[in-house]
Amino acid sequence: MKQSAAAPEQRDIDVERAQLTDALAETWKTPSGLWGALATVDHKIIGRRYIFTAFVFLALGGVLAALMRIQLAQPEARLLGPDRYNQIFTMHGANMMFLFAVPVMEAVAVYLVPLMVGTRNIAFPRLNAFSYWIYLAGGALLWIAFALDMGPDVGWFAYVPLSGPQYGTGKRADIWAQMITFTEISALAVAVEFVVTIFKQRAPGMTLDRIPVFVWAMLVTSFLVIMAMPAIVLASTSLILDRLVGTHFYNPAEGGDVLLWQHLFWFFGHPEVYIIFLPAVGMVSTMIEPFARRPTFGYLGLVMALIATGILAFGLWVHHMFVAGLPRLGDSFFTASSMAIAIPAGIQIFCWLATLWDGRPVFKSPLLFIIGFIVTFVIGGLTGVMVASVPFDTQVHDTYFVVAHFHYVLIGGAVFPLLGAIHYWFPKLTGRMMSEALGQWSFWLIFVGFNATFFPMHILGLEGMPRRIYTYQPDLPWHGLNLFVSLSAVILTAGFLLFFINVMRSARFGEIALDNPWDAPTLEWATTSPPPSYNFAMIPVVGSLHPLWDDRDGLPVADGLRTDRRELIVTTLATAEPQAREASPQNSIWPLWAAIATTIMLIWSIFSPWAVVWGSIPAAVALIGWFWPKGTPEDES
Amino acid sequence: MREKIVLDLGKLPLHGMGTASVTWWGTLAFMLIEGTGFALVIAVYLYLMSLATAWPINTPPPDLLPGTLVTLILLTSLIPNILLSRWAEQQDLRKVRIGMVMMSMIGTLPLIVRIFEFPALKVSWDSNAYGSVVWTLLGLHTTHIITDLVDTLVLAALVFTRHGRSPRRFGDVQDNAMYWNFVVATWLPIYGCIYWLARL
Repeated sequence: MKQSAAAPEQRDIDVERAQLTDALAETWKTPSGLWGALATVDHKIIGRRYIFTAFVFLALGGVLAALMRIQLAQPEARLLGPDRYNQIFTMHGANMMFLFAVPVMEAVAVYLVPLMVGTRNIAFPRLNAFSYWIYLAGGALLWIAFALDMGPDVGWFAYVPLSGPQYGTGKRADIWAQMITFTEISALAVAVEFVVTIFKQRAPGMTLDRIPVFVWAMLVTSFLVIMAMPAIVLASTSLILDRLVGTHFYNPAEGGDVLLWQHLFWFFGHPEVYIIFLPAVGMVSTMIEPFARRPTFGYLGLVMALIATGILAFGLWVHHMFVAGLPRLGDSFFTASSMAIAIPAGIQIFCWLATLWDGRPVFKSPLLFIIGFIVTFVIGGLTGVMVASVPFDTQVHDTYFVVAHFHYVLIGGAVFPLLGAIHYWFPKLTGRMMSEALGQWSFWLIFVGFNATFFPMHILGLEGMPRRIYTYQPDLPWHGLNLFVSLSAVILTAGFLLFFINVMRSARFGEIALDNPWDAPTLEWATTSPPPSYNFAMIPVVGSLHPLWDDRDGLPVADGLRTDRRELIVTTLATAEPQAREASPQNSIWPLWAAIATTIMLIWSIFSPWAVVWGSIPAAVALIGWFWPKGTPEDES
Repeated sequence: MREKIVLDLGKLPLHGMGTASVTWWGTLAFMLIEGTGFALVIAVYLYLMSLATAWPINTPPPDLLPGTLVTLILLTSLIPNILLSRWAEQQDLRKVRIGMVMMSMIGTLPLIVRIFEFPALKVSWDSNAYGSVVWTLLGLHTTHIITDLVDTLVLAALVFTRHGRSPRRFGDVQDNAMYWNFVVATWLPIYGCIYWLARL
């Protein structure tokens, strides 16, 4: 038609609707069978896998938490010995932070972001497949090591010298360090995909001020990942070098420094909190609209708060080191910045409250989780402002007060919105609705169970109970509250069990979902539930922040795309004007080979530095196989 | 939901070049990751330096010759590299082929000199923290040269196949050239750090 290409090409405008969807389905399909499953690059299949795997790690981490609560329910309990307990609290923290919290947020976004910006696949879909396999391998490494009594036992932040060559004998600390490498590679890869998808693959017309807040949150989060995660990769790599080839980064006797570890770790570790939290607030800002029955109040304020939080996140890390004896002036600066970050957080809270205040709230389970989030997170935020003060922090450092604080922030700030998000987007993920009755029950059990479990820990901390102790003596005044906490944890566990039952039951027997069951305004609801492999038969054209509310008489779309190759639209960064009809890569098994080669190299390098030399050869071969053109229409045109 | 067609995208090119290319942005994002990594290792260098009573620790500063030679080679390599990028932009396959062969050879030169650069540090990675951090800096940068060289070699082979004459390939050549510029640019602060800060 308008452009001549060498091969006779098939366009959407040349065919009827039924033929169009058939042709697109053929072009974008994931073949059935094992090979098809291993080679797929469909962001929806990979996203679902990611979410499923992350929830498996949540359940495993929950089992460890339950074991700790049984152990601590009474003084001098004998269920776990000190060595096993050390492994268990380290595994719980490392697993929850690196294998659950960060990946699950990215997982949800891997599924949703391409749909929300109106494109057909994520940018670099093969890298996306690779990132999942690497994540899976890192998780397997940690848990298999634990099963072999080689689980790390140095705490989730693995401070030197405890994790260094002198005290951390054996390979336990190396397992921790290399698990970090796996998860960071995977997170960095996904971050690059998001940045490029959000910058360049937005639907025509989706200018910067029409991007859904969740997508904005993922953009800011991705930049946080890009700027923060190199610090932990450097930290874990230098730790392995100290342990394996005798470097002296953390050895004070030879000019090294143990506090260097804390600086590197927390330069990553504090932004990490926001890497978990920002996607969650993005979810809240997006989910609240259909349930408040009005647009979110203060879009600009919300987006600015996300960006401000992202920048401030890099100026807080020393507040984890207030008792390390750093110069007083430095401490004061970090106190001020730690308190300052409450401002953007406060702006967001007030925007959500205003949205609900002015709306006509529909109290379905996603909204319940949002309200639970607001309450719980505000409590966690308040104790955050408290521990930002050096004298107070000195008093409660390494006590259960801190344990209470960060569970309020992380479970309140991230897990509540996440559970709400699962209820909300479940129809899009599976094509079926979750049970509302079970959803309400699980919310109340989790909300009550959570607060009853973690609130008393503040008091235990103020009473001087240190974290990470495997038991305590009967004459200490802690056993009553500890028993109460452990019993409350049963309620919390029951809530999570009910949630899992609801998910499994609804996935099979749930009510069939409509395309847009909540009457929501964003683009993922413009396609079927679940979406077809190509997401949209025609690329949407966006004219407002709430396209599905503002164009009720029909979704504006664009035509002119080919159906015989995987094609999507590249648009300009700020104004989303179409620039090119770009090819999107086909399915490929090479990302899996590359991930296997990388896994062998990384695990081998715990034992020998030569692994990096010899192990990089198969990895390079796999990468060449990955990128070498295969003569498909995607490669050639 | 119902659809109404409001836009015809049929006239758009089948592949975007420069800022319209997703790989260009991807390369930029990876440069940001690696640039952050380099900046952090330099920060570690400065941190350890600030703690030490004497720097370098128990050893003289590194010999200037091999490192300076690498710097000169890398800076000179920018000329053919930028030319190659221009030829790729003009989609001139003959010149791109010549340029790729040229850059494949030029890319090996700094690696050869670097073999002499490690001994010129006059310290081993396991002597002290100073040795650890300078070996890490130099090793990290060497990894980048090797990675880009392998990429250049593969791409050089590719432009001689039937896959060479494609806007996608010219885009790859441009991205590869951009990445080499990055490898050269990151070397300069590292060079200053290893060779001149140690002489302050």
